[in-house]
Formats: sequence, structure tokens, C-alpha cells
Amino acid sequence: MGSIKAAKTAYAVTVYALLALGSVAFLMPLLWMLSTALKPDAQLFAYPPEWIPKPPQWRNFLDAIEYFPFWRYLRNSVIVTVLAVFGQVFSASIVAYGFARLRWPGREVVFFLVLATLMIPAQVTMIPQFVIFTWLGWVDTLLPLIVPSFFGGGAFNVFLFRQYYRTIPREYNDAARIDGASEWRIFWQIILPQSKPVIATAAIFAFLWTWNDFMGPVIYLHSPENFTLPIGLRAFQQQTGTEWDLLMAASLIVMLPVIVLFFLLQRYFVQGMALSGLNR
Amino acid sequence: MLTAWLFISPWVLGFLLFSALPIGLSVYYSFTSYNVFQPPRWIGLANYRALTTDPLFWKALYNTAYYTFLSVPLMMALSLGVALLLNSKLPGMRLFRTVFFLPSVLSGVGVALLWLWIFNPDYGLINLALSYLGIEGPLWLFSPQWSKPAMVIMSLWGMGGVMVINLAGLQSIPPQLYEAARVDGATGWAQFRYVTLPMLSPTLFFNFVTLTIGSFQVFTQAYVMTDGGPVHSTLFYVFYLFQTAFESLRMGYASAMAWILFFVIVTVSLIQIAVSRRLVYYEEN
Repeated sequence: MGSIKAAKTAYAVTVYALLALGSVAFLMPLLWMLSTALKPDAQLFAYPPEWIPKPPQWRNFLDAIEYFPFWRYLRNSVIVTVLAVFGQVFSASIVAYGFARLRWPGREVVFFLVLATLMIPAQVTMIPQFVIFTWLGWVDTLLPLIVPSFFGGGAFNVFLFRQYYRTIPREYNDAARIDGASEWRIFWQIILPQSKPVIATAAIFAFLWTWNDFMGPVIYLHSPENFTLPIGLRAFQQQTGTEWDLLMAASLIVMLPVIVLFFLLQRYFVQGMALSGLNR
Repeated sequence: MLTAWLFISPWVLGFLLFSALPIGLSVYYSFTSYNVFQPPRWIGLANYRALTTDPLFWKALYNTAYYTFLSVPLMMALSLGVALLLNSKLPGMRLFRTVFFLPSVLSGVGVALLWLWIFNPDYGLINLALSYLGIEGPLWLFSPQWSKPAMVIMSLWGMGGVMVINLAGLQSIPPQLYEAARVDGATGWAQFRYVTLPMLSPTLFFNFVTLTIGSFQVFTQAYVMTDGGPVHSTLFYVFYLFQTAFESLRMGYASAMAWILFFVIVTVSLIQIAVSRRLVYYEEN
């Protein structure tokens, strides 16, 4: 029996050692970022590089914010993110109801079409979409980054909601129909209130996607006063070049909402990821 | 019937306006010379023909293939390895999962700037770590040989999402299978080979396909960190497509590039599906 116990201990030690080693490697970049953000100018280009800022310059965060129109960019990012997340979740929750809770001829074919749009790379539609938004006079406004979200909410979100709705027993619909409730009321008062987990999951992914989106803003936003944070950060980099303390401080501030949300709602992050993988 | 169409009407409108119409226009533009300001001018197959002799097109294709061939297998292996470790029933695994998962939700410009600084040849973290080992690090993003490997290393930092998918796959394998394997005398490696791998193969296949498609579409890194350089060594396909469309305003040429990308992705996915028929195990429903 002693040898089995020894083998188990050896196994545990190996697993912990490997995980600890990997964790150090994965955390190092973030610690390096924080360390750089807190360094005084003189220490930035010390050779060999040093880990501990002496003394820590908390002012760097304030300086970074003052260095570029941070509040303006934040405002634009918040507008785009809030509206796009709302649009995607709201729109997908409605569309998915039509696919999951109603029976109608052609449903499977149309749903297949929804999934098929996932196969088209964004690069194919990107150029004509730009042309269409040029016709509409929406280039250099936030509208191209917001309005499409309200039209269906994206195939992936429709898929997520549909999968979830299908787990809600049919009897809810049948009972409500007998009571004379309209489909909209069933959706709004019975199905949607039961769907909080999928709403959370879809909202988180929509948030991550919109908050971090770079290509959309680069294509559509041209005047600095319309920039969102990601391209604002890029403009900041081009301005400051080698002031890595301020650049890292600014990058950390932009990442902060994602980090906070991650620690608060990690369960939904994990669920959403797992769902996207298991529903192959 | 009418109610159902009302419910899906937002999607129908969006599909027509933002998918179907653009797809049609994109096909048309790819046969034209078009700069947005003047109407498109029909030039037949000229864009496609010009692409075959465009050295930057081939360079971009090569760079993207290079990146994909390096990044995807390494990402698959690393994310599976970490998931297997995290799947051991030992205390503290949730904490480790958090550590490995966190970097993958951070993406975009902030991450690109962070790694630009990490790869700084003189003052960056990587060459500092290498110097502890007595190795003099390369120039990374300033070197045509090392710029793509640098971006692969950076991509591995974001493997957390794939790792979580693997972990969910591992946890859905019924424990009875392992018990049965033990009864038959299967040890660690045999259990992995004959239980874990076949049961996880659909998940691994899903990751393989989505990672490949994703790595064909790298953009932000090239834009923020290297501007496609040095000497076009990080001119990735989508970055070149973006430059062609929105900096050179050659919308027709770029549309042709987009369709070639589409066919490359479809072809590669079909090959992966064909290969997977023999390697992926699906349970009977």
C-alpha cells in the first residue's frame, strides 16, 4: 500500500510543479506590464531591466490619462459597447425564439442559413459594407459599429439562445397559449425571464468583442474625436513612441473593465467558452 | 407562420442588408476596378490574374501559412496539456484555471502593445529571461527571421479559451470508461490513448478547425506591432487585404483577395473534415 501512496504523492507533486511553472510564465507578462506602468522614467531603460519600480510612480496612471483625450475615447467606447451589447442580446433573444419555440415550415432551412453565415469570413463582406455605409453617409460616425448589432445579433448569439430555449419545457408555451397569451407576451414574460444565464453569457461575449474591437474602428472612425479606446491607444502609441511607462499604464486602464468583469463573472466566461466548444 | 417570421425579421433584414447584399456586391467588385469615389469599372478577371503575379500576395499567403502551421499545433498541444493537468482531481485547480484563462480574454491593442514591449530586444522581458539562462536573445520583431515566431509565442499566451473548451470536453467523459479501462489493466498512457483521446477527438477537431480559421485572420498584431515588417515578414493576408482596400483604396483588387481567402478557408476546412472522418470518434446517438 505504501508504494501506491508514494505514487499518488509523486503524481500530485508533478502536477503542481508543472502548473506552478506554467502559471509563472502566464502571469509574468501581466506583472511586467504593471511593473513598467509604475516605473519612473529613469528606470525604464535600466540595463539589465529591473522588476521593482523604485519608487512606484502611481502618478503614471494620471499622467497617461491626461496625455491623450482619454475621457472622450472612453465615452465613445462606452456608447458603442453599451448599445452594441444591448442590440446583440435583445435582437438574438427575439430571433432565437422564432427558431426554438415556434414550429413553422422552412424553419430548419432558414436556421441552416443562419449557421451558414458563420462560414463567410468577415473580410468578404467588409468592403461592400464600407461602401454601403459610405452611401448612407455613416463613415466617421459610431453608427456602423452599433446599428448592425440590432439586426439579428449575430449567428453565434442566435445559436446560443436557441440552444438554451430548447431546454425550457414546451408546457410553458402550451399553458400560456391556452390562457390566450400572445407569442410576444410568452417570450417577454415567461421565456426571457428564465434565460438569465444565456443572457449573461451572450452579453459577456458581446462586451469582450465590442470593447476590444480594433478593425471596425480602424475602418470607420477617422477623426480623433470619434475614436474608441483601442484606436485611441494606438494613436497614443504613435504619439509617445517609447514612453513605455505611460503606454503600459494606459493599456492597463483600457483592460481594467475586462479584468474586473472576468473576476466577477468567471463562471459565465467558462460556461460560454465550454458551450461554444461542445455544441459542435 | 406570420408570427415566426415577425420574430426572425430582425435577422432577415440584417441578412439581406449586411450579408446577402454585401456578398453579391463583393463578387461584382472583384471583377472591377473600384476606388469608392468613381463608379466601379468592369475589368473581368484582371484582378485575379494580377494577383497570381503579385509578389506581396504570395508573401502574405506564405506568412499566414507559416504562422498557422506553427501556431495551431503548438496551441493545440499546450492547451491540451494544461487541460489534462487541470483535470486532475486535486485541490486548487480552479485557481490555476483562472491564471491560464485570464490572458485569453484580454485581447486587442493593449495586448499587442504589451508584447511589443516584452519583445524589445534590449529592455524587454523575454530577452531578460533568456539572459538569466545565459542566452543572448534575438532581435524578435526587428528581425525578419524571428518576427513570426515572436507572434506565435504571443498567440500561445491566449490559449486559455481553447484550454477551457478542452477541459469541458475532458469533464464530460464518463468516469465509468476509465474504470472499465482500469479493470482491463490499462495504465496511464493506455488510458489516455484508448479512452481520453478518442472521447476528446470531436472537441480537438472543433478546436483544430476554428483555430485554423482564426489564424488565417490575424490582423491587429501586424497593424500595431510591426506594420507588416520588417521586410514584409509579418505582412499577413488580412493585413495586406486591409491595406489594399482602405489605404490604397483598391476595393476591387481587395475583394478578389477576400474571395481567394474564402476559397482557401473552405478548402482547408474540407480537407480537415475529410481527414477527421478517419480520426474523430463520434458516439452513436
